[in-house]
Amino acid sequence: MQRSLCFKIVDVLLIIGAVLPLVFGMILKILFNPASEGISISGALVYFTIPMPLQNLPITESQVNSALVVITIFFLCLYFTHGLSVKSNLKRQLIAEWIVKQTQSLVKTNMSDYFSGFAPFVAAIMGLSAFSSLLALLGLYAPTSDINIVGGWAILVFVLITYYKMKCGPLHYVKSFGDPVPFLSPLNIISEVATPISMAFRHYGNVLSGAVISVLVATGLRGLSNIIYSLLPKALERVLSNLPILQIGLPAILSIYFDVFSGCLQAFIFAMLTMLYVASGFPEEDYFARKAKKLANLKK
Amino acid sequence: MELAIGIILGCCALGAGAAMIAGIGPGIGEGNAVASACEAIGRQPECKGSVTTTMLMGCAIAETTGLYALVIAILLIFVAPNMLVNILLNAVK
Repeated sequence: MQRSLCFKIVDVLLIIGAVLPLVFGMILKILFNPASEGISISGALVYFTIPMPLQNLPITESQVNSALVVITIFFLCLYFTHGLSVKSNLKRQLIAEWIVKQTQSLVKTNMSDYFSGFAPFVAAIMGLSAFSSLLALLGLYAPTSDINIVGGWAILVFVLITYYKMKCGPLHYVKSFGDPVPFLSPLNIISEVATPISMAFRHYGNVLSGAVISVLVATGLRGLSNIIYSLLPKALERVLSNLPILQIGLPAILSIYFDVFSGCLQAFIFAMLTMLYVASGFPEEDYFARKAKKLANLKK
Repeated sequence: MELAIGIILGCCALGAGAAMIAGIGPGIGEGNAVASACEAIGRQPECKGSVTTTMLMGCAIAETTGLYALVIAILLIFVAPNMLVNILLNAVK
């Protein structure tokens, strides 16, 4: 099937739209953070601050990078769904259909039928988290290794959980704290507050520990290659000492585990926990009993 | 003054090391989880997919306590020394 020229031009534009934010992020990183000799572990760079009445609002690297990831995912979605048709032989349509089918089956197995509309949200949170972690492969600061970003997502999930717990009215929600015995309600409140904290710390700690270990290994390998050079004769040492032999490929092996595997796994776990918490927080039987009662009252 | 700053830095490092003793717990827990998952797969190889998914979930939740310790250790190494030294300097002024 021959595609028209216009279709191809739109394709190319969409791919450029997906790649351009990443290039922009790299340029921003190079402009604000020139390459230095020493390897250091630091938090997100502050690009500039906006004066605000209560407190100055710093615009950091992680905020900018997560916005760039959002733009990239937006254009990727447009690219995958470009030229959708019932009788299609496009490979990208198969990929898009596979993604949708997988998330829908995941939501169906982990949540009840009431939450069948939850699949887009789960896919969005999974994609955002996975792409944010994978950003470290490009040498950019991964937004997920900043607690503020992940904490924001965790608070969003906490609001959702509370919303679904309140579906039966605020009284039912307050009653649920004294569940086995009212005497245990402080513990219930603590476990309620611990949910977003543990979700945020789990994701952020995993990604950050990977980054810290990678930097430590790179520093250690640099020291090791310096020791090897000092064993060589003086003339040879002067020529070779600028050549990083050990730290050129070995840290990449660690990166496969810490950035690719761990990042994708944490995205999956974050989405999975979101589904489990929301589904378990929703008092389904009480809700439907209440709804049936209301309907019966209306009929009278 | 140098002695006080030295004590602050040293104690922060010692505290970070002591906090990571908590890594023992998740290590044992995850080891148990994976051992049981291997047994389950050996007994019923056809449900390998669902066992692996459940095991990864369980491992992630068991890891939480270790990650709390990790966050505290990172705070002690990268954040606490600056803060405490600033407090000391302000107090001396």
